[in-house]
Amino acid sequence: MKGLQTIMGLLTAIVCIVVLRVEAQSPKGKYGNVALTNATIETVTKGTIQNGIVLIVDGKIAAVGANVSIPSGTETIDCKGQFIYPGMIDAGTNLGLSEISSVARTTDFNEIGEVIPQMKALTAVNPNASAIPVTRVSGVTTALSIPTGGMLSGTAALINLHGYTPDQMFAGFEGIVLNFPNTGRRGFFDRRTDEEIKKASDKALASLNDVWEKATQYQKLDSATKGKAGYYPELQALIPVLRGEQTLLVEVNASKDIQAALKWLKEKKVKKSILTGVAEGWRVADEIAKSGIPVITGGVLELPTRDYDRYDKAYANPGLLKKAGVKVAIKSESNNNNYRNLPYHAGFAVAYGMNKEDALKAVTIIPAELFGVASKLGSIEVGKSATLFICNGDPFETKTQVSHVFIEGWSMPMVSRQTELYNEFLKREPGVKK
Amino acid sequence: MKKLFVLLFSSFILPGAMAQVDKGNLLIKNGTVITITKGNLEQTDVLIKDGKIAQIGKNITAPAGIKTVDASGHFVMPGIIDAHSHIALDGINEGTNPITPEVNESDVINPFQIGIYRALGGGITTVHAMHGSANAIGGQCETIKLRYGTFDPEVLKMDGAPRTIKFALGENPTRSHGEGSGIVPRTRMGVEFVIRQAFTEAKEYSEKWNQYNKSKLVKGFRGAPPVYSYRHEVLSDILNDKIIVHCHSYRADEIYMMLKVCKDFGIKRIVFQHVNEGFKVAPELAAQGAMASVFSDWWAYKFEVYYSTAYNAAILAKNGVVTSINSDDGEMMRHLYHEAGKTQKYGGLSDEEALALITINPAKQLGIDNRVGSLEVGKEADIAIFKNHPLSIYGVPMFTIVDGIIRFDREKDPDDMRLMVDPKQAIETATFRDKLSDQDHCMEGAEFILDSELFNANKK
Repeated sequence: MKGLQTIMGLLTAIVCIVVLRVEAQSPKGKYGNVALTNATIETVTKGTIQNGIVLIVDGKIAAVGANVSIPSGTETIDCKGQFIYPGMIDAGTNLGLSEISSVARTTDFNEIGEVIPQMKALTAVNPNASAIPVTRVSGVTTALSIPTGGMLSGTAALINLHGYTPDQMFAGFEGIVLNFPNTGRRGFFDRRTDEEIKKASDKALASLNDVWEKATQYQKLDSATKGKAGYYPELQALIPVLRGEQTLLVEVNASKDIQAALKWLKEKKVKKSILTGVAEGWRVADEIAKSGIPVITGGVLELPTRDYDRYDKAYANPGLLKKAGVKVAIKSESNNNNYRNLPYHAGFAVAYGMNKEDALKAVTIIPAELFGVASKLGSIEVGKSATLFICNGDPFETKTQVSHVFIEGWSMPMVSRQTELYNEFLKREPGVKK
Repeated sequence: MKKLFVLLFSSFILPGAMAQVDKGNLLIKNGTVITITKGNLEQTDVLIKDGKIAQIGKNITAPAGIKTVDASGHFVMPGIIDAHSHIALDGINEGTNPITPEVNESDVINPFQIGIYRALGGGITTVHAMHGSANAIGGQCETIKLRYGTFDPEVLKMDGAPRTIKFALGENPTRSHGEGSGIVPRTRMGVEFVIRQAFTEAKEYSEKWNQYNKSKLVKGFRGAPPVYSYRHEVLSDILNDKIIVHCHSYRADEIYMMLKVCKDFGIKRIVFQHVNEGFKVAPELAAQGAMASVFSDWWAYKFEVYYSTAYNAAILAKNGVVTSINSDDGEMMRHLYHEAGKTQKYGGLSDEEALALITINPAKQLGIDNRVGSLEVGKEADIAIFKNHPLSIYGVPMFTIVDGIIRFDREKDPDDMRLMVDPKQAIETATFRDKLSDQDHCMEGAEFILDSELFNANKK
């Protein structure tokens, strides 16, 4: 038995190496019509199809099912023993905005200013960031790239992880980021007194209200003057949110702050909003559910926020929110270029109480719905974008291997700098002696 | 009455002397026993007597009065060992000098930290509590067992574990001293120099003492002894193979440099820590018998880890380097089993190879593999019991046992497991880890000399 395992392990390793070596010859994406046959298809929205076919034509899913006629001459990939899933969506990254997080000149996610909603992440997305291939070869095909810092940090953009210009990558959603006044501590180094923290957060709320009042006035002037109210870019950028046309992404984590944010959103009659982070959501889950405001929570692999809390509260948070009736998407950890771990954040939510089906939705169709792109992304359905991946098992399981990734019908090279280093150094030549 | 007297007596006498460590008796029934060194045993029992594994086999009957844990359908594995951590410590960086072997983490152990219990919740039983990486030669470290519940720092120490010391190469010492204080080292050249200088001075120091000790025996000798220096005593102990070096490092060039330093000074036992580019010099590491303790997939948080690969552990292991996976982080240490599982995705390691990375291999790196790291008769009963396989994403630690005593019980433990409640602590204050955190935790306590984002955030 042990021998068999070793042999299987070796075989897997050999297959991986061969696949990587072959693919390494072409680092470009490949476009074309493809039939993926004999697969177990996890559609997410319409159940599981055994032994099915996904037909990709012109970048879209042209057919899905057990009986699909494949046009002659179509390239076929035999997926026997394999699974097809819609591409995972990480709703909390700074992909394309950060190369090395501690080297300021390689980062573009934190502009100067407290109120700068007009700063657009999409402008600064580097299509060739090294983390992009690292992320997509693990089946994460789409990411919300978010500016951070200040109060209104900028405009986040949803991007597909393939393309040579930001516009080629744009996946159809932009949202304004609000860091809601925060009464939490930032970590071991935050040595402010409780009073100082409260003062700072009260001041921040007053300043937020002030900005909102100005934006409301500006919106009125703008309508009255038919767009000639003068150049106030930060206020202009808020108008679509005030009109209920654009989503406000409200980063908020402490339970008291979540309550305050819910109250604030109600008072200001913000029509489209999503709470993000929501680390202590479980404490006030019923109130969030009652508000009807959806949540993007994560990272799941986190410590409890208070010493007296149960050790596994961060892992259990998504499941507890869902159980209370909140619409929940799961994101990975922000700002660490390890967005490839999104399936593990979802997997831990499952290990600590969330239903597996709900966790899968939380990284596929739910974020697609929250961003208004569910007609294109988030499930395997006819007419949707062919943005999907093929793997040899449960995508949350650590050892599962992703063999193919398609983004808008483009077949991705299954290489990144990390796989290239593996190929070069597994058996280094020369070894110790040259 | 006599017992009470003994108890009272010992509680007055013991502090400062050998710590009284509780040891338990226990029978773990009917689990899948993952021994690590001797394969897997289905539906097998593990009998623990006086904190040690007394018997592994089928249908062991519980001796009278022994508590039983039903592990049916569960996986029983050795307690997980984290070869790189900073929990349970009140001080991490003596960042005032590039060379500080005279300081010792054993002086600042804090048994009250809730992080100890949280680590038990991840199946961890032994931790290498390390000095930070601000200095080229940092402080001595302490190997501790997670006997959470004791108020006595001495009880946490793994009595008899070999001495270890932290070294650090690359950006952290050069930023701390060269950039921060304007003293050597500011470059990797300087790091090599200060280490070689320290060892050379230590050699001279011991030669002087040897000379003096020899001369002293000659009748009529009237010379004075050399000046005593604890710093040089510790450095000499490293040269005399009495201390294992654990060297924080990232880039291949600095790892290679340190290998040469070890060769030149006859240092045999070295474990490279983090060692993100270890994969580039895996043949050299293997040839010299140096070991490596790595992250599973952490990268891109600073320049020296930009050219990293998640395949690092697999490449090192397949090249014959004794490799472990560590956390350096109070959260990540709670799922080292998952981090080890990543080597199956990145490099196709077998279950046995992957689990060795968090059990017997870190035990070897700390010099405690004769006591822990596998389930064998005679070894210390440090055990983690999992629901679902520990390498599965759905693996959940259910019990964590240290010296035969259940220190973590997922079903029975209350939510609030603090040992001490600070009456001044605000109930409503929550802590959220800094999302812009750009450092390995090796720099905790050394922010004051850095111009880092972290530091600036604090100033704001």
